[in-house]
Amino acid sequence: MNSEITIKLPRCKGCGICVAFCPKQVLAVDELGKVMVVNADACIACGQCELRCPDYAIFVDKKVKA
Amino acid sequence: MERSFEKYFRQNRLPHLWCPGCGNGIVMKAIVQAIEKKGLDQDKTVIVSGIGCSSRASGYMDFDTLHTAHGRAIPFATGIKLANPELNVIVITGDGDCTAIGGNHFIHGCRRNVDLTVVLFNNSIYGMTGGQASPMTPTHKKATTAPYGAIDRNFDACRLAEAAGATYVARSTAFHVQHLTDMIAGGIDNKGFSFIEAICQCPTSFGRKNKMADPAKMMMWMRDNAVMKAAWDKLPDDKKTEEKFPIGLFYNESETDYATAYNEVIQIAGGADK
Ligand SMILES: Cc1ncc(C[n+]2csc(CCOP(=O)(O)OP(=O)(O)O)c2C)c(N)n1
Ligand code: SF4
Ligand code: SF4
Ligand code: SF4
Ligand SMILES: [Mg+2]
Repeated sequence: MNSEITIKLPRCKGCGICVAFCPKQVLAVDELGKVMVVNADACIACGQCELRCPDYAIFVDKKVKA
Repeated sequence: MERSFEKYFRQNRLPHLWCPGCGNGIVMKAIVQAIEKKGLDQDKTVIVSGIGCSSRASGYMDFDTLHTAHGRAIPFATGIKLANPELNVIVITGDGDCTAIGGNHFIHGCRRNVDLTVVLFNNSIYGMTGGQASPMTPTHKKATTAPYGAIDRNFDACRLAEAAGATYVARSTAFHVQHLTDMIAGGIDNKGFSFIEAICQCPTSFGRKNKMADPAKMMMWMRDNAVMKAAWDKLPDDKKTEEKFPIGLFYNESETDYATAYNEVIQIAGGADK
């Protein structure tokens, strides 16, 4: 995993925009209508999800190597 | 890591009340990122909005804000700018707010070249009141007031702004977030009437009526149909099909702004202190 995904769950409305624009199928919307990470290892920290989330609910940072 | 743009939002008001997938949140973030990019002082920046879903944005933004009357954001903003020209005044308006009930205020704001940055959230519909057609609903698109599709021709608000005298005119979309931020930042730089049309999705009142209820699909439509101005200018006419539209900076000229002209009158008349 070379990225860190932060989710502010109370803000998420489950619109699916992040899911649709993620090039690596990292994200999904669960049955409660909230975003969830289903394949963290595939994340390339491209930031497409964060860029277009209308609710500022998802943030991705490149992991700083320890 | 907490994002620096969060300081421009009234945190106790979030999450905002817009529908899931509504484009307004994306455009609102682009505005605060443009403000940050230009280093505007938060205490010297005023946000003025009209009425509509889009105009609710002022309630979430941590500046001095004015949520005014339907169609009347530009006159309120003009008053603020003339009373205190050192303030940065940003106007948030909708396609209905700006080009229907507020149409005259819009063209005369352009004509006077008032130093405002006006961001029109164009979702092609009256979102707040349940989906009536606006003057910017594209011909043939459906609305509650146009169940068989609008027969009216729609305004191109950018061409309208330019013809009326605006000195900075640009368009972008909720898909092209960084480009949209740049277009707004350029408008902040221009001393005069700056107009930025932000095409954004209303999945609830427009999308559902027009076979595009999925907000992500609406954004893919923007991605697939927006053409950067340089490419648009080279595009043969037969390729400029009904759905395609240009984005980018369309016009930018330097002209005396209204507050400067007004100040000259104050000086001729003997100065404000006398
Ligand atoms: C004087 C007046 N007339 C009508 C209304 C009803 N009204 C509220 S919002 C709106 C249209 C909003 O459309 P738009 O500006 O496109 O904003 P959106 O909700 O789509 O963001 C109308 C007609 C009103 N509030 N005030
Ligand atoms: S784009 Fe944002 S609000 Fe929509 S599902 Fe993803 S995290 Fe939630
Ligand atoms: S950063 Fe890119 S790869 Fe990672 S979850 Fe977001 S969109 Fe997917
Ligand atoms: S009705 Fe449309 S414009 Fe209004 S909040 Fe819902 S999606 Fe957004
Ligand atoms: Mg509208």
